[in-house]
Parts: sequence; C-alpha cells; structure tokens
Amino acid sequence: MSHHEMSVADVKKHVRVYIGVFALLLVLTGVTVGVSYLHLSIGAAVGVALLVASIKGTMVACYFMHLISEKAMLFWILALCGFFFLVLLLVPVITVHDSVGVH
Amino acid sequence: MSTTVIPHDLEPHPLTGMYNGKFGIWLFLASEVMLFGALFSTYVLLRVGAPPGQWPAHGSEILNVPLATLNTAVLIGSSVTMVMSWAALKMKKLGAARVWLTVTFLCAGAFLVVKYFEYTDKFSHYQVWLNEPIKVGEHEVTTIKGHLTADCPKLEVSEKNGAYSVTEHVMITPDAEPGGHAHGEAVKIEASKVKRISNFGPRHSPYLATYFTMTGLHGLHIVGGMVVILYFILTGGSIWKRSQEKYTNRIECTGLYWHFVDLVWIFLFPVLYLL
Amino acid sequence: MSGHHDHSHGHGDHGHDLPFWRKYIFSVDHKVIGCQYTFTALLFLFFGFTLMMIMRWQLAYPGQPIPFIGKYLSDDIAADGVLVGDGYNAFGAMHGTIMVFLAIVPLGVGGFGNYILPLQIGAPDMAFPKLNMASYWVYFCGGVTMIASFFIKGGAAASGWTSYPPLSVFASSGQTMWLWGMVLLITSSLLGSVNFIVTTVQMRVKGLSFFRLPFFVWAQLVTSFLLLLAFPPLEAAGVLQLMDRLAGTSFFMPSGLVYATEPQNQLAGGGSPLLWQHLFWFLAHPEVYVLILPAMGIVSEIIATNTRKPLWGYKSLVYSAIFLGFMSFIVWAHHMFMTGMGTTLSTFFQATTMIISVPSVIILTCLILSLYGASIRFNVPMLFALAFLPMFAIGGLTGLPLGLTASDIHLHDTYYVIGHFHYVVAPGTIFAIFAGIYYWFPKVTGRKMSEFLGKLHFWPSFLFINAVFMPMFFQGMAGLLRRQYDQTEQLHGAVAHGLTKMSSYGAWLLAIAQLPFIINFFYSMFAGKKVGANPWESTTLEWAAPSPPPHGNFDKTPVVYCGPYEYSVPGKSKDYCPQHVAQEA
Repeated sequence: MSHHEMSVADVKKHVRVYIGVFALLLVLTGVTVGVSYLHLSIGAAVGVALLVASIKGTMVACYFMHLISEKAMLFWILALCGFFFLVLLLVPVITVHDSVGVH
Repeated sequence: MSTTVIPHDLEPHPLTGMYNGKFGIWLFLASEVMLFGALFSTYVLLRVGAPPGQWPAHGSEILNVPLATLNTAVLIGSSVTMVMSWAALKMKKLGAARVWLTVTFLCAGAFLVVKYFEYTDKFSHYQVWLNEPIKVGEHEVTTIKGHLTADCPKLEVSEKNGAYSVTEHVMITPDAEPGGHAHGEAVKIEASKVKRISNFGPRHSPYLATYFTMTGLHGLHIVGGMVVILYFILTGGSIWKRSQEKYTNRIECTGLYWHFVDLVWIFLFPVLYLL
Repeated sequence: MSGHHDHSHGHGDHGHDLPFWRKYIFSVDHKVIGCQYTFTALLFLFFGFTLMMIMRWQLAYPGQPIPFIGKYLSDDIAADGVLVGDGYNAFGAMHGTIMVFLAIVPLGVGGFGNYILPLQIGAPDMAFPKLNMASYWVYFCGGVTMIASFFIKGGAAASGWTSYPPLSVFASSGQTMWLWGMVLLITSSLLGSVNFIVTTVQMRVKGLSFFRLPFFVWAQLVTSFLLLLAFPPLEAAGVLQLMDRLAGTSFFMPSGLVYATEPQNQLAGGGSPLLWQHLFWFLAHPEVYVLILPAMGIVSEIIATNTRKPLWGYKSLVYSAIFLGFMSFIVWAHHMFMTGMGTTLSTFFQATTMIISVPSVIILTCLILSLYGASIRFNVPMLFALAFLPMFAIGGLTGLPLGLTASDIHLHDTYYVIGHFHYVVAPGTIFAIFAGIYYWFPKVTGRKMSEFLGKLHFWPSFLFINAVFMPMFFQGMAGLLRRQYDQTEQLHGAVAHGLTKMSSYGAWLLAIAQLPFIINFFYSMFAGKKVGANPWESTTLEWAAPSPPPHGNFDKTPVVYCGPYEYSVPGKSKDYCPQHVAQEA
C-alpha cells in the first residue's frame, strides 16, 4: 500500500497500530530488564537479550518506519546491508581465537 | 534559485515506491547501520578478547539500569509522538502535528538530561589500582573503588592524553560492599603505592570506552535530530503553506531518521547495560 | 519506466540570472560541481606527485640536499635542504592519503560521476543538488584540513596512509588532523553516494531501463554502493582512534604496552591493534574498487565509441561489476596475512581473493575482445584507454601472488606491493582519467583538445610511468623493503641501486611529460577547435545535450529507444544509432 494517497480513516487505523506497538515495546523493555536480573548463563542471557531487541527493532522498522509496506527494492538493499553488517560483526572476532603466535 | 524541476522530488517512483528524499534517507540509514555495525564489532571483539576479569560480568555492576530503562521508555515514546505528528499531517492537521513534534523534541531533551546525570555520576567515581595489597577494613585489597574526599589533593592531569596521576597521596572513600554497610572511612594512599588511578570515564577500561563512544555517538545523533525537529517546528507554517505534500514528506524523512536513532538505542541498551 | 519528465524542460536560461558566487562557487548545478571536483582533485594530484618526487630524490641520492625546492622547506621536513626521516615519513603518509582520498576518488566519482552520470541518464541534475554542493564543500574542508597539517607543530601525519596503531596513537598532532580530515572526506563520499544511487535509480528518462544504461553508469552505481556501505566503518574507526588519542582510551592499545622504553601503565590496556586493521581494510579494500570501477567505466565508453562496435559482452560486464562490488567486501583480510592471523581465516580470505580476480579478468577480457576486428580510431582518448588495458592487467595479475598466503610471506611489505598497486592506480586509473578528460573535454567546453599535444603527452607518459614502476617488481622480489628512508644504509653507505635511480628519473621525466597536458588543457579551453554536440559520433545521451550543456542540461527531455552501444548496425546509413533517436522499423 502506498502512503502517497491515504484517507483519514486509513490514518486513524494506522494510529491504533502505533499505540499497540508502543504498548508492546514497553512490555518488551520490561521483559528484557526483568530477565537480566535472573542472571542467566552468558549464552542464554545474550540469546534472550538479542531476541527481545530484534523483536523490538523489527516492530519499530516495520510499523513506525512503515517498512512493511515498502517495495522489494528497498528490502534487497537492506538485506545487502544486513549481510555486510553480519560479516563486519562476526569475522573480525574470529581473529581473537584463530591466530598463530601469542595465544 | 534554480528552477530545474527534479523528477520524483515529490512523486514516488514506480520501481522503488519512494520519492527521492525517502529513498535517500533509507540509503543514509543503511550507511548508519554500517557505522554502528563497526562499533558493535568493536564491542564484540574487545569483549571476547578481554583478559579474564577486565570486562564486567554484567553492565549493571557499573551502570545505572533503572535510569537507562526510563530513558528507553522516553525514547520509544518520542518515536510514537514523531509518527503521530506525521499521521496528523496526513489528516491535514498542522497544529496537532506541531504539538506532537514539540513533545518529541521535549522527550529527546529529557533523554539527554538523564544521560547527563548518568555521565557525570561516572566522571566523579574513581578507581585506584595499587602496586601492593593494602588493608581496608578486614580485607586485603589491590584495587579500591570510591569517591575522592573533599580534602584529597588535586590529581595531576597528563597534557598528552589526559591520564591522571597522584602527586603526594590520594584520599578515597570506598564504596559500600554489596549487602554491606554504607560508606566506611576514607583511605589515605601514598603516591608510591598507586599503580594507576582513573575515574569511570572512557579511559577507565575498554568496556567504559565502548560505552562512552557508542552512547556518545548515539547522543550526537539525538542532538542532530533535535536540531532538525526544531527547524521543522519553527518553519512548519511557511513550508506547509508552500506545499503541504513537501512538508509532510520532510516530516516522514525526519521520522525515519528518528526511529532509526530509537532502533539503535533498542540494541545499545541491552548490549551495554544488561549483558 | 515512469513518464513524468515532460515538465522538466524549458528552464534552460534561468542559470544566467544567478550572481557569480552562486553560479561558480556555491553552485548547485552538477556540472559546475563536477568541474570543481575535477580542478581541486587535479591540484591535489599534482601536489601528491610533488611529494613523491621529493621522496624519490632522497631514495636516489640519500643525504644530498634536494635541488631547487630543498631550501624552501622547513627544518622539520628538510634540514639544510636534506629531507629528514620524519619528513620522509610524513611525505609518504600524505602522498598515499592525498592520492587516494583527495585525488583519484574525487576525480573518478566526484568529477566524472557528477558531470557525466546525470547527462547519461537524461536527468536535468542530481536528485539532491544542495546535498551535492555540500558534498563538494565537505570534501574541500577535508582537503584543507589535510594540507593544513603540514604547517602545525610536529608536521603532518607520518604513520603511513594506513595509520596503524599503536604507533599512530603516539604520533604527533598531525595524526589528529589526519583523522578529522578523514572523517570529513568520508562524510563527503557518503553524501555523494546517496545522491548517485537515488539519481541513477529514480531519474532515468523514459525508455532507459537498467540494461540500457551505459556501462559507465553501472560502474558508478556499484561504486556508490561501495562508498555507502564500506566507508562508515572507517569513520567509526577514525572516531575510535581519536578517542585513543584525545580521551586516553585503549581501543587499539594492548595490555602491557611499552613505547620508547616507557611502560604505558596509565592506559587501561586490553585493546586490539588488529581491530584497527580490520576496520581500516574493511573500507580500504572496497576502496581499491572505488578507484578502479569508474576507470573501467570511462574506458568502456571510449572503447565502444572508437571501435565503432557494441561492447563485447555488455551483460557480462554489468554482472561482473556487480559481483566485483559484492566480493570486494569479503576479501579485506588478505592485507593482514602477516599479522599472525590463523590459517582458517587466511585460507578463507585467500579463496575469496582468488575468486574476486575472476570478474576483473572477465571485464578486461570483454574490453580486449571488443577490439577484435574493429576499425579502431587511434585518437588521444583511445590511446590512453588502450594503454589502460595492459597496465591494469599487469597491476591485477601481480596482485595474485600477494593474495596467496605462501608467496605473500616473501613479498609482503616489499617494493613489489608498491609496484602492484601503483600499476592498478597510476598507469591504470590515472590513464583512464586522462582518457576521460580528453574524451569529454568537448562536452564540457565545446572545444576539442589538441591531438598533437595529446600524443606528445601520451607517449612519453606511457614510457616513463613504466620506468617508474617496473623496477619495483624486481627490487621487491629481491627483498627490498618499502617505507625505508635510506635504502643504502643496510648496504653500508653504498650508492643507491641503479633500479632505484631508474625509478626516480622515471618519476621526474614523467612530471616533464605532463607539461604538454597542462598547456593543452588551458590552451584548448580558450582556443581549441570548436565542435558540435557530438564530435565523436557517439551514441549515449550526454552527446544529445548541447556542448557545453546549459543549466538543466537538455533542450528537450530525451526519450531512449535502444541500448547504449548501437554502433555499425547493419543496414543503417550511419555507423551509429544514438539512444535518443527513434529508429524506423
């Protein structure tokens, strides 16, 4: 659906979605803080924290940023960006363990 | 002013479904993902490679989680008010849109004020590492965290990189042990016994360096966003009069940026405070 | 594609109403900005070249006063006219930085991209004209910051163009200027790349589908994505190094560091010097393709026009460029084989490096096959374009031994490496840029450059540039290390090797060989032969606009009817079918 032409009724429907997402985001913030006080093992803690953050991030991107109603081209560009993000995030850290000499 | 008409300045392109500005801001955000990506990569590499004990097991040992939770709520709230402003413009209500923008601006300001208190708290909190263990209360310790007393001689600051050093001695009131009783008596430590002294600023440890750099850069993004929002609050009337569509589009683009800043914080918060 | 462009004409004359400073200084017209980029970058190219000529003097005649300019340099750089070690380091670091970030990228992307790309897609301007202007001025400020660092206490950055920590963190404040300069330059590239992508995707005229785009536009599009996604990590790394230098953090400072016999106890430690290298090369490898892709684009246009044939394998070229761009993000650690990186990572990056050579070879092969059976016009742009092919081939192929972990052990950090990447960038990209200048000069000025002076420029340049870089392969394979202030020192004061002197003389003669170009450039601007809109009888859209194009570019928004390289179509009266001319069935 294009945002170019939107009726007032459409917009009001949107606004209800925003309120719902807002509530969900607050709840998830509570969840992630609550879980952190359980002092899970580091692996589990990272897993939960990233899972909750990813859900929250997806909600923001899809509904506040209207990603859900964009066309395919934007997805491809963002997917490319996401792939390089993961490469940048995960490859350098391998050198910590995979090195010859000092370690 | 030039009168060259740029195609798709307002009109969405059939291939991308976006007008130029919106496509541009999305591309810009993709580059921002890589900017923060490099910083997250830094965080992961330094944390995984840290010698045992150097990285805090849990961010809440050093940072204030309740304040940051409050800030998360404030920022998420500001994202909602931002998108409400756009929705109001879509319903042709300029007045309501400006009110929502103003609320967004105030939320952003509140976020920075909270951040200011968090930062200053860290800068007045010190840690001393000792050459040899000394006795504090009943324990032998090699490092003391606490606040400097009022009569502590001024620390010397290196001109080169701002590192602190102790001139004669340092007076520090140790923090309470978790579960123990409150502040004990101040400890006096001679300069010769001090290996290193630092406040809980960026130089304290790679963890705090990462914390300050990431939240600092995020804070700069907040400030940038506030400038843009303020500009559109002030100029709203005149742009709206010229072209309603143009103003609505600009608020949409500002919103995209603002939601992204929110999105970054959604990841920064658990990574820095909760893990 | 879309058809709402019809309202975008009929504005051509408004540009003349603007005051001088809006028209030529703070202009939003992509053509003026393109020229600003080109002029500024050519000045930086000349400056970076001068730094290198002085270094070559020290290498050929170590310890002897620099002739002519030695006495004008400050004592920090040259004491009694003799280049000192710190001065040599600063010149080396700044030569690399200036050539890459202030000269070649702004020429290929900022200059040619800005001027030609909107014309080739039939657009009246870039999508964001004001952003375009901002991009140039941020670049300009970055350049000024870099140059200004020569005049501060301690001199310019001297830690190599790679600025490896921990040494760069201890270096004098020129390094801080370098980092601020880099942050500005990267910001400028970012603004430019957003503009290029939006313009290319959204502003193509009716009928100009993606597979009717000239290869130059494709090359710019891929380049823009590299700029967009690869540059921010270095911006982040620059911020981290600034933190290390100014706020005393330890992002790149390992525990237990000793500098100049002093233990660095006041630092927290726990940082990683390799982190910088990862972030730096994550940018700097795609950077290589940012340098070469626009050059390939320029050469393709010129070869198609002057062979009077369609490019051989247009789609292969396009897919190769896209694949090249993608792969360039996952080869960066081949610069780091010698850092103690383990075998798993080394093997991975060795494999990706070998893979990325495939699309490069496909592009080169397509361009060479395009020559086959053609009646070639040997004009000056074509000579430079033809020279690009073997020069880039030498540069590319000599890269393979560096990408293989085993042979890299021997060749790493020797003159072989310098020879390799200079063959890619100097006789490669710079020749392509010269080709582009000769080729599009008539479009920009309405006048042709002199063929005679052009050939007087080409042949000596071609000879001497090989004299500069070819000896480096032999010296490198023999084990001569790079970044040495005085190569004779380890030989106990023997005179410099003959090959070293050959390189140096090559460089100085190369400088003299540029005089015909400089004369030609300014002479032709005012007194060159006047030409019409399409002097080369070319097919792409930029030749549909008047020479020089007015503000807003086209008298009437063109419509595209065919692919970009319809040359020598059988059964036609002319040997070229411009994209904007409808062909009867």
